[in-house]
Amino acid sequence: MTTPDNHWLTRPATIRRLWWIGSILLALTVALQWLIPIKGHFGVDGWFGFGAAFGFFSCVLMVFAAKLLGKLLKRPEDYYDV
Amino acid sequence: MFEMLPPALALIAGALLTFLISSKGLRAAVVITAPLICLYMIWQIPDGVVLRGAFLGYPLELVEGSPVRRLFATIFAIMAATGAVFAFNTARRTELVAAQFYAAGAIGVCFAGDLLTLFVYWELMALFSTVVVWCGGTEAARAAGIRYAIMHLLGGVVLKVGIEGLMVNTGSLDIRPLLATDFSTWMILIGILINAAAPPVSAWLSDAYPTASPSGSVFLSAFTTKTAILALILLFPGEPVLIGVGLFMVFYGIIYALLENDIRRILAFSIVNQVGFMVVAVGIGTEMAINGAAAHAFAHIIYKALLFMSAGVVVMRTGKTLCTDVGGLFRTMPVTMVCGVIGALAISSFPLTSGFTTKTMISQAAMDESLVAVYFLLAAASAGVFLHAGIKFPWFVFFQKDSGLRPKDAPWNMTIAMVFFAGLCILLGIFPELLYPLLPYAVDYVPYKMGKVLMYLQLLLFSGLAFFLLLPWMQRTRTISLDVDWLWRRGLPALARISARLSRPLISAGQQRLQSLVGSAGNSIRNTMGSHGPLGRSWEIGTTALWIALLLMMYVVFYYLM
Repeated sequence: MTTPDNHWLTRPATIRRLWWIGSILLALTVALQWLIPIKGHFGVDGWFGFGAAFGFFSCVLMVFAAKLLGKLLKRPEDYYDV
Repeated sequence: MFEMLPPALALIAGALLTFLISSKGLRAAVVITAPLICLYMIWQIPDGVVLRGAFLGYPLELVEGSPVRRLFATIFAIMAATGAVFAFNTARRTELVAAQFYAAGAIGVCFAGDLLTLFVYWELMALFSTVVVWCGGTEAARAAGIRYAIMHLLGGVVLKVGIEGLMVNTGSLDIRPLLATDFSTWMILIGILINAAAPPVSAWLSDAYPTASPSGSVFLSAFTTKTAILALILLFPGEPVLIGVGLFMVFYGIIYALLENDIRRILAFSIVNQVGFMVVAVGIGTEMAINGAAAHAFAHIIYKALLFMSAGVVVMRTGKTLCTDVGGLFRTMPVTMVCGVIGALAISSFPLTSGFTTKTMISQAAMDESLVAVYFLLAAASAGVFLHAGIKFPWFVFFQKDSGLRPKDAPWNMTIAMVFFAGLCILLGIFPELLYPLLPYAVDYVPYKMGKVLMYLQLLLFSGLAFFLLLPWMQRTRTISLDVDWLWRRGLPALARISARLSRPLISAGQQRLQSLVGSAGNSIRNTMGSHGPLGRSWEIGTTALWIALLLMMYVVFYYLM
């Protein structure tokens, strides 16, 4: 039974299932490119799976960049109060 | 009659009435109706200058209509009305009054036909947005409000210097397309960009907005930066420098939002990011790009206010402002969660949301102009938006861990405001043809092509994958991130302290020297003028008479010789 403290969405079985559904969706968006051609305007953006790879790796890059900059920029939250 | 009246008057009248009325119910009626009357007046303004005036011999164009001006004014009025529905029950009277003046300023800018009129409304916005920040009521809000006011007054001065220069150089205050070619036009551009939260002073936005009240930050999210976008569209379309500035803002917003822990500050950084897209579009300057900037601003105001409403409800109900203190709120706040997720999907330009039908026009404009680097950077940024706002915001607030908090969902009036805006996000996503005819140029753009939708789905879903794979790295820490404002919040005071310390020996040496100098001068004066000095002591009458006789003799001799 679902109560706020034991919500069905937080059960391990649900989360496992969500990962499966997510993975299938991801695979589907790439596989669909065989059926629906993506018209590349600059050549490279028409390659198979380009959007997926570009989205994934630019995010990884941005997270890395944020992590590195964070080392330089992060301060305790009371930094300006002291 | 209405086609001559400045629509801002409706909101100014509303603000004054709100100030005078003490009954809460009547006040609510006023704050909601005034923007609607204003909206009616906006649509009575025809194209061209309809109201002229003069000030100190300068001809003024108090009201000038055009499609893009009406478009921005329309969304500002809708925003003011919906914000009022969201706010009237909890906001202080001061905040409601200030918010209406603030919106009046924004709508006044929309219809300003000359730079002097624009400037007056511009300052009205600066003034009353500061009051809205102060209505946060905390010490942090007070301090951030002062920094906010200084930045905007400074921006106003820069803008005014530019306007005066342009008047002297060209003899005209008319609002017309310019390029940043000389000192005055650069000053105007910089003055506007300060309001757009462009680098290096982007920090005023993320500093001030999250300290306002839950409803105050909703108002703040809408007006200042988007008025700056309209001013850029009217004054600097196709100014190439804007492309670089905008791209910087886009990535600045993403990186800082990724590092941020404060719920509303994440959203504040993403305003800078989204405004960056619009600035790039104005920089490209083609008809497609300007349409894109205007459409994106319209859609952005709706989904950004929606996100701030959703975050505001969370802050109001839990009293917590940090991601690390909340989580798992979906259990008891389903409506706020669903509205927040819709806003998050729209800002990420997911297909079937307003973000997709508007922001992609900007990418299309970059593509049409063969701006390869700009196109790919914007695509990467779109993925980044999903990362920092699209998933991060709802995930950390509503899901993540169970914080144990079981707050109530939004009150009825806030629910109405959120559901209305969430509905608009989807409506404009499915029926973009409702918005396209209002854009400044004829729209030759088909948002939904199978290939493009698929490309965006790949881009967004795989950035979602990146989020969950990198989740350990995304966990928030109880930190803040330094920004350029460190220079005046810490750097300047430190510089003052250091220079004081360094100059102390120098000053004390100087003081000693001065003291001894003054002392010796005093001594010598005392020696000559004192009661024992040659000029000060008393002389006998005989000696004095002798001296007088001597001097008279010398005078007679000189007189004879000359």
